[in-house]
Amino acid sequence: MNMTYREAISQALRQAITRDERIFLMGEDIGRYGGSYAVTKGLLADFGEERIMDTPISEAGVVGVAIGAAMGGLRPVVELMTINFALLAMDQIVNHAAKLLCMSGGQITIPLVVRTVGGAGRQLAATHSQSFEGWFAHVPGIKVATPASPYDAKGLLRAALDDPNPVIFIEHSLLYGLAGDVPEEEYSVPLGKADVKRTGTDVTIVAYSRMVQVALEAAALLEKEGVNAEVMDLRSLRPWDKETVLASVKKTTRAVIAEEGWRTGGFGAEVASTIASEGFDYLDAPVQRVAGVEAPMPYNKALEQAAIPKASDIIAAVRAVL
Amino acid sequence: MADTVQTRPLAAPTEVGLGREELLGMYRTMLLARALGQRMWLLARTGKTHFAVSGDGHEAVQVAAAQALDRTQDWCIPFYRDLAMMLHLGITARDVMLDDMARAEAPFGRGRQLPAHWSARRLRIVSGSSPVTTQLLHAAGVALASKLRGETAVTLTTCGDGATSEGDFHEALNFASVHRLPVVFVVENNGWAISVPRHKQMAVASIAERAAGYAMPGVTVDGTDLLESYKVIKEAVDRARAGEGPTLIDAQVVRLVPHSTNDDERRYRPAEELADAKARDPLPRYRAHLVAQRLLTEADDTELKQEVAQVVDDATDFAERSSYPDPSEIATHLYAGR
Repeated sequence: MNMTYREAISQALRQAITRDERIFLMGEDIGRYGGSYAVTKGLLADFGEERIMDTPISEAGVVGVAIGAAMGGLRPVVELMTINFALLAMDQIVNHAAKLLCMSGGQITIPLVVRTVGGAGRQLAATHSQSFEGWFAHVPGIKVATPASPYDAKGLLRAALDDPNPVIFIEHSLLYGLAGDVPEEEYSVPLGKADVKRTGTDVTIVAYSRMVQVALEAAALLEKEGVNAEVMDLRSLRPWDKETVLASVKKTTRAVIAEEGWRTGGFGAEVASTIASEGFDYLDAPVQRVAGVEAPMPYNKALEQAAIPKASDIIAAVRAVL
Repeated sequence: MADTVQTRPLAAPTEVGLGREELLGMYRTMLLARALGQRMWLLARTGKTHFAVSGDGHEAVQVAAAQALDRTQDWCIPFYRDLAMMLHLGITARDVMLDDMARAEAPFGRGRQLPAHWSARRLRIVSGSSPVTTQLLHAAGVALASKLRGETAVTLTTCGDGATSEGDFHEALNFASVHRLPVVFVVENNGWAISVPRHKQMAVASIAERAAGYAMPGVTVDGTDLLESYKVIKEAVDRARAGEGPTLIDAQVVRLVPHSTNDDERRYRPAEELADAKARDPLPRYRAHLVAQRLLTEADDTELKQEVAQVVDDATDFAERSSYPDPSEIATHLYAGR
């Protein structure tokens, strides 16, 4: 069935709440308002205030309470309005959700899903447009999903909901309208398994989240020049699927990594370093990275567009490795 | 300066509805906590362990809190000074020592967690945090789960007075009150946040006043008075269980030792204030009360102290004989399996 990324996530939530009485949603404006990106629209009317819980504007509070509810045997799904506001809950996520299992000697599990929205491109300026997925991926003890398509959004969310560990589920604000085929029934897309979106022989383009779309656009343009690019969607950053990436690089001998956020310390650096250390002998050219401009995201539309990686940036990087 | 509290006669045992066995049991836990805590302090100071943090001076309110809970269903999310509370809830001296010495069999964290961060799933105890106050939110969350599941469990959580300056304190009390959650917040107010005295921590005269901002009852109690503390906490636990929502308790206690073994309080703590604190030591006070009530003889007391000393020696020897964690297992329990 054809549906949007937004509808796919919404359907996954609806089916999960229906199936499992332990699952409930918490967040700011998720009830009557239906969520800032309209993902939870209609759920309050169908499931009531205990399952679709509007909370105070209190990000650390909501995540902290959700951690407690998870300890108490429930499976909370928190919506943080944007990943920028997740910074207010960073201590709860990094110091507690990620560590309590290990620090309690395996006694305390935290089955928690934190849904949030990353990315730029909606003219929301510096503190609403960031890409912090790499910060979360840095932390052992949590998992990080970054769906790029409606199919993966639904399937990865099911996998996150089934996982006994905390999962940060990072949606992209520009992907909500993206449509694609999505099965009506529930299914799971495993965390830690990359998806080859387009097979090719000349270069591997590794991307995740919205950059997958940009990479596919670049690959279509490159095809006209006779360059056959393989495009890989990592789908999740912790765990991430280095085996599939290395196998692709072995075949193509060239790699470009695209991410939307800042270059320094970005997740692409982890991928590049892995290719360099474990796939060095496969390479016929240095790995190239495409990333956002290192500045706070501007409000002005032209400046914003200039700060976000485009297909032409990926094409330039591919030309550099050919 | 720390709070000074008028020392009043202790409440009569008949007022609180506890029998001789419970009253003496609470005394034994106080003795054990003090002796075990002092042993761990000594082990750290002599380099046998790395670190210790003490609850000396906090024991009365801690034992009272544990006594006020229903140990068959209630949850406790403590902070790092709550040794007496943990022992009274059923954590053993051997477990405490294994944890203190970071041994492989340390039940709370297998040598991963700092000492004094107890977790015991079977007792519904979850470790508090080192970044202080975050555990109040976890407690609100556990209470939310109990409420949503239609259970009658109450969650009790604690923090120090310094922790009330954190945003998490506000977020937890606000959330708990909005949802009328079955949770009791006990602040063990010893007047010091490491070296920062209470008057530099808050402008309000009493932590209990803050409860008004959340439309919940705020009660100040002399936390060195065991039976008065019990009465106040029991009432809050009963209110929570009856669906009447959270309570904030400002339990005024004393810190009898430096913040931790890494601290030298002589740099900041006036001698007279420390002397005042020692005059309010809850242990001799409760013992005198038991003796006055003819519940404890000098002979009983001596016997109890000997028994407790043996428990501490046994726990120390037991932990010292046990093995360290295997470095190849560092990442064990990083993720839970399905």
